Amino acid sequence: MSKVEIDNRLLKPGVYFMRGNDASVEGALIAGCRFFAGYPITPSNEIATLMSRRLPQVGGIYMQFEDEIGSIMAVLGASNGGVKSMTATSGPGFSLMQEAIGLAAMTETPAVIVEVQRGGPSTGLPTQVGQGDVMQVKWGSHGDYEIVAYLPNSPQEMFDMTIKAFNTAWRYRVPVVVLSDQMIGHMREKVVVPPYEEIEIVERRRPEESPEEFLPFSNKYLIPPMAVAGEGYRIHVTGLAHNEKGYPTTDYETVRKLVTRLVRKIRDNERDIAEYEEFMADDAKLIIVSFGITSRSAKKAVRDARSKGLKVGLFRPKTAWPFPYWRLQELTNNGADVLVVEINMGQMYRVVREHVRSSEVYNMPLTPGACPSPEDIYKKIEEVYPR
Amino acid sequence: MSSAESLTPITDDIKKLLRLERLPHIWCGGCGIGVAMKAYIEAVLRSGMDVDKHVLVSGIGCSSRMPGYVKLDGYHVTHGRGIPFAVGLKTARPDLEVTVFAGDGDLVTIGGNHFIHAIRRNDDINVIMINNFTYGMTGGQYGGTTPRGSRTLTSPYGHIERSFNIPYMAASLGASYVARWSPLHYRELTKTILEMFEVDGFAIVEVVSPCIMYTGMNAMEAVHMMKTFRERCVINHNADLSKIDIPSFKEDKPIVLGNFLRREVPSFQTLYREEIIKKARGR
Ligand SMILES: Cc1ncc(C[n+]2csc(CCOP(=O)(O)OP(=O)(O)O)c2C)c(N)n1
Ligand code: SF4
Ligand SMILES: [Mg+2]
Repeated sequence: MSKVEIDNRLLKPGVYFMRGNDASVEGALIAGCRFFAGYPITPSNEIATLMSRRLPQVGGIYMQFEDEIGSIMAVLGASNGGVKSMTATSGPGFSLMQEAIGLAAMTETPAVIVEVQRGGPSTGLPTQVGQGDVMQVKWGSHGDYEIVAYLPNSPQEMFDMTIKAFNTAWRYRVPVVVLSDQMIGHMREKVVVPPYEEIEIVERRRPEESPEEFLPFSNKYLIPPMAVAGEGYRIHVTGLAHNEKGYPTTDYETVRKLVTRLVRKIRDNERDIAEYEEFMADDAKLIIVSFGITSRSAKKAVRDARSKGLKVGLFRPKTAWPFPYWRLQELTNNGADVLVVEINMGQMYRVVREHVRSSEVYNMPLTPGACPSPEDIYKKIEEVYPR
Repeated sequence: MSSAESLTPITDDIKKLLRLERLPHIWCGGCGIGVAMKAYIEAVLRSGMDVDKHVLVSGIGCSSRMPGYVKLDGYHVTHGRGIPFAVGLKTARPDLEVTVFAGDGDLVTIGGNHFIHAIRRNDDINVIMINNFTYGMTGGQYGGTTPRGSRTLTSPYGHIERSFNIPYMAASLGASYVARWSPLHYRELTKTILEMFEVDGFAIVEVVSPCIMYTGMNAMEAVHMMKTFRERCVINHNADLSKIDIPSFKEDKPIVLGNFLRREVPSFQTLYREEIIKKARGR
């Protein structure tokens, strides 16, 4: 485990009252982020604003690009130069980044994207909440690849999960998304910055072979060590299907091995990567699955239900992808039903239905623009609670 | 400006910088892309810099395949996005000499927005643009550089749009260095690329190199192309850039080449490090 690179301009360990988006910035700087490229978009703007002030204070660089495509490409360029880098955006900007996200997956370039969701589709509701990008995060680019997406539900988690996103991106060489939402991004709450020694920081694994022997995309590893520009490895990196040397190929077997490895490096490690929180779920007859801002209303609804004698619990995925389906299966093996609460018309609902086969799975289709209140959710609980 | 006389051939060293195991290359026999590749490699060898610090970035297209044949760190990214990738890399790693090698369609059509803004910011990268006046890789459709009147795969009745005048556009946007050569002018091109390495800020050379395969409007063999260059090229370093567009290959209008512009304007990267970081850390 490596250490936080101490710079006296980093946020000191302590207790703060902070906005979610700002907490993400401070987390990124502590994680070692020294390059940010972005294009303004509500409700993620505070991240760019604070980055433009904070990054040069720690010797990093903030760049504003002509669009989100340029921004994410610059992030991938910086990353291939060995500098930890990130961008932040919201739905429309995230859509523009999809081709580059596929490039990052194919070239195994680590990158962090903080996506503060707003209501969609299209320009939708720039200033209002939505959670409609759960599927876009997973399937946004063409072809088969795996990605990791964290689901913060507090400013504290914006801080913690941004650091985790850097660690996961640099450990697995994949783009990682912090999938937040307008309310979590703009909410102010207590944020604890732990002592630096307690913060895990992951660096890329470096090649051990000589440049002559080094195979930059070797199938010997699930996650090959990463050479960066200017180190003498003279690597060729391409978004085309490539062999272990990095050269373009159309050979079926070679491509099969590559695509399989790109997918397997996350799927084989899904239990190490995925995270979740449970609240009164063990004996529940109805389990609510909810994340981000809605999980906070759901938690209150669970308490209300319990006070009325209803055995309701909460399962909160802290990663959308990989989705911690095995734990949800264990919790529902005894026949517990599931209610999915999210601000969209049924996205995580599909994922839950895919994995929970033995019991009923309900959802509460919600259009964007508002977060359901605990009372709204409680009403739905009464409607579907198994009697 | 630069005299090409002092250059002596270094062919064996050039071979050492090629990924020979990747040959044969995909380019059509006689295509000018290979000449520009060789000029770049020769410039790298003559630059006096640590060769490992030279990095290539390209987009998608025939021209953009070039980094795949050169034994340097090379990044073959998405169509039109080589410039922002290169800018991110150069900004993060000022010790690297980053060169984008790509086609006209890639750089000024699909990637036009990045092109104009990178020049406006004066990002410290080098751009070698192979202008073949078409999308070669996809079979010869018209693009932002296709001369008016051309018949292409997708302009069967003749092209009615105007085309970009690349040096004029780059100069007007504030580039630090602007040049134009042809594959016939190998030595001049090599010298130009060497100068581009020295410049702080955006340096571009347009290599006029018609696609000999697909440009119906000027379909010609390689030899004919070289002959055309010999007859029609005029070197004028002080040309009025507003008048040097290439309206058509059929017309007799001269093709003006030269090292048109070199300005001492600090790049975004220099200014950020010298002004912004100092101010931010000082406070
Ligand atoms: C986003 C996207 N759109 C379209 C294409 C298809 N495509 C591949 S190469 C190319 C044109 C290349 O033209 P240019 O950049 O001028 O390079 P040339 O082949 O002429 O050297 C196009 C349109 C693509 N790869 N990606
Ligand atoms: S298609 Fe045109 S640009 Fe491409 S290699 Fe052939 S001649 Fe060159
Ligand atoms: Mg072209």
